[in-house]
Amino acid sequence: MTHAIETHQLTKRYNSFKAVDNLNVSVDNGEIFGLLGPNGAGKTTTVSMLCTILKPSSGTATVDGYDIVKESGKVRKSIGIVFQDPSIDDRLTGRENLLMHANLYSVPVSMQRERIEEVLKLVELEDRADDLLRTYSGGMRRRLEIGRGLIHQPKVLFLDEPTVGLDPQTRDHIWRYIKDLKEANDITVVLTTHYMDEADRLSDRIAIMDHGKIVVLDTPQKLKETLEGDVIAIKSNNNKALMELLTKWLGFANQRLEKDSLEVTVPNGRNIMPRIVELANQNSIYIESIVLREPNLEDVFLHYTGSSIREDTTKELYGLSAIHRRAIR
Amino acid sequence: MTELRGIYTLWLREIKRFIRDRARVVISFIQPLLWLVVFAAGFGARVVIPGIDYQQFLFPGIIGQTLLFTAMFMGISVIWDKEFGFMKEILVAPISRFSIFIGKMLGDSTAAMLQGVIVFAFGFILGIPFNPLTLLAALPVMLLITFGLVSVGLIIASFIGSLENFGAIQTFINLPLFFLSGALFPATGEGIPQWMQIASKFDPLTYGVDALRTVILGSSWTPLQPLYVNLAIIGIFDLAMIGIGTWAFSRMKK
Repeated sequence: MTHAIETHQLTKRYNSFKAVDNLNVSVDNGEIFGLLGPNGAGKTTTVSMLCTILKPSSGTATVDGYDIVKESGKVRKSIGIVFQDPSIDDRLTGRENLLMHANLYSVPVSMQRERIEEVLKLVELEDRADDLLRTYSGGMRRRLEIGRGLIHQPKVLFLDEPTVGLDPQTRDHIWRYIKDLKEANDITVVLTTHYMDEADRLSDRIAIMDHGKIVVLDTPQKLKETLEGDVIAIKSNNNKALMELLTKWLGFANQRLEKDSLEVTVPNGRNIMPRIVELANQNSIYIESIVLREPNLEDVFLHYTGSSIREDTTKELYGLSAIHRRAIR
Repeated sequence: MTELRGIYTLWLREIKRFIRDRARVVISFIQPLLWLVVFAAGFGARVVIPGIDYQQFLFPGIIGQTLLFTAMFMGISVIWDKEFGFMKEILVAPISRFSIFIGKMLGDSTAAMLQGVIVFAFGFILGIPFNPLTLLAALPVMLLITFGLVSVGLIIASFIGSLENFGAIQTFINLPLFFLSGALFPATGEGIPQWMQIASKFDPLTYGVDALRTVILGSSWTPLQPLYVNLAIIGIFDLAMIGIGTWAFSRMKK
């Protein structure tokens, strides 16, 4: 068996709304598979169906070779889940939480102690194992939850937004765990996130999801390469006017307004930058800064979904400029 | 085996949580004492129950009340599990919803029973005359009462989304069941309004309190129904609630 997960026309309907729309996707054994998309794209619904929490409206999927509808019990034994929201008992100690999980997943009694020690070591919580969870910090709880998901040695681990609400240092820490985990445990990881950097750093392959469908699926590197050219990020005293000018005079199509900057994707940024500055000067727009950078996953996401992952406000502007799309090459 | 282990695990969790919540344990000690000492002294001075001292009459009622309140409270604690997310961990585990329900039900029932036994000890200390051996006879009756009441709590909790509705349970479930059960005063017989007599027939605790009085007070109490009828009614109630509870849990999503 080469695929840890296969979905066949997997669909979830809520009345006439299709949260997940005829999804066909395969996740390879042993890879970290990133599922990326804005809120409401259908990521969590997809994962819920794969975890047998939700029943598909039509279609089905296999996880670790078991059908999610007909063999949900076996699927449940094969998977570990780290939910988006906390799901740990804070009146029990770390060790008690792990022991309870081991019992619920019928880990052989003779192996419980060993597994718990192993997992505690992995998430570096050995010295806090006998403290009540309510005394743990957010990052520690998260680590314990990830550890808990591993107690029964699942074949597939689902991580739903594993680092939401954590500080950068803790996030970095958790990312390293996830990487190490995959190396050491021969496990397949399905990661849903709306953090671009997270998906970029961890995933072997990324599927970008929008409106219940997978828009594109590739390695992070290839996804970025498909966006040719450079991104120029400009800060000026009138970003909006500058955008209109660039569309009118230089015919730029790939532009988007960020909160305080204008981002333009062009084939050859070095040559274009002076012309932008010139144009701004002629129209008395003052440029505070102008930076050239390589496309990141955020740009990829925008390219494929037509909306920013963080907020949807840029959607309309982007759509407008897309109408004028023509190459300047 | 998997299922039994799951049930045991969930049972153990409820017990641990119950024992660790010291503040609540202390509060729940005080309440029955207030009823048995203060209320019994004042109310008993004016009310006459033929053949029995009022405190003696009240004692089995307060055991019933303690079982009711604790059972309901523990059952409702599923709302906490839902709100703090722990329910999800249980619901995705590879054990059946029936086992999840039974595990919780047994755990919460054990907690309610512990509470009930403590009231028994108070009764002994307060010098309420009863044969200490009646505890042995009362325990199975108490257990039977508790199963159904805990189930009601669990069922309600599985439907309610947030803790805001918690006070409503006290107002709409606990107090009516308590008052109508005949725990504080006879809810049937001469002078009791017709509506109350009828309402008390629909209160499962009526049969529980009557059964407890039969067992604890012995010949000084004239039962409303023979003991076996009481127990049969409570047993049927329990089975119905366990059935509904399993159904309620199987439709729970988070």
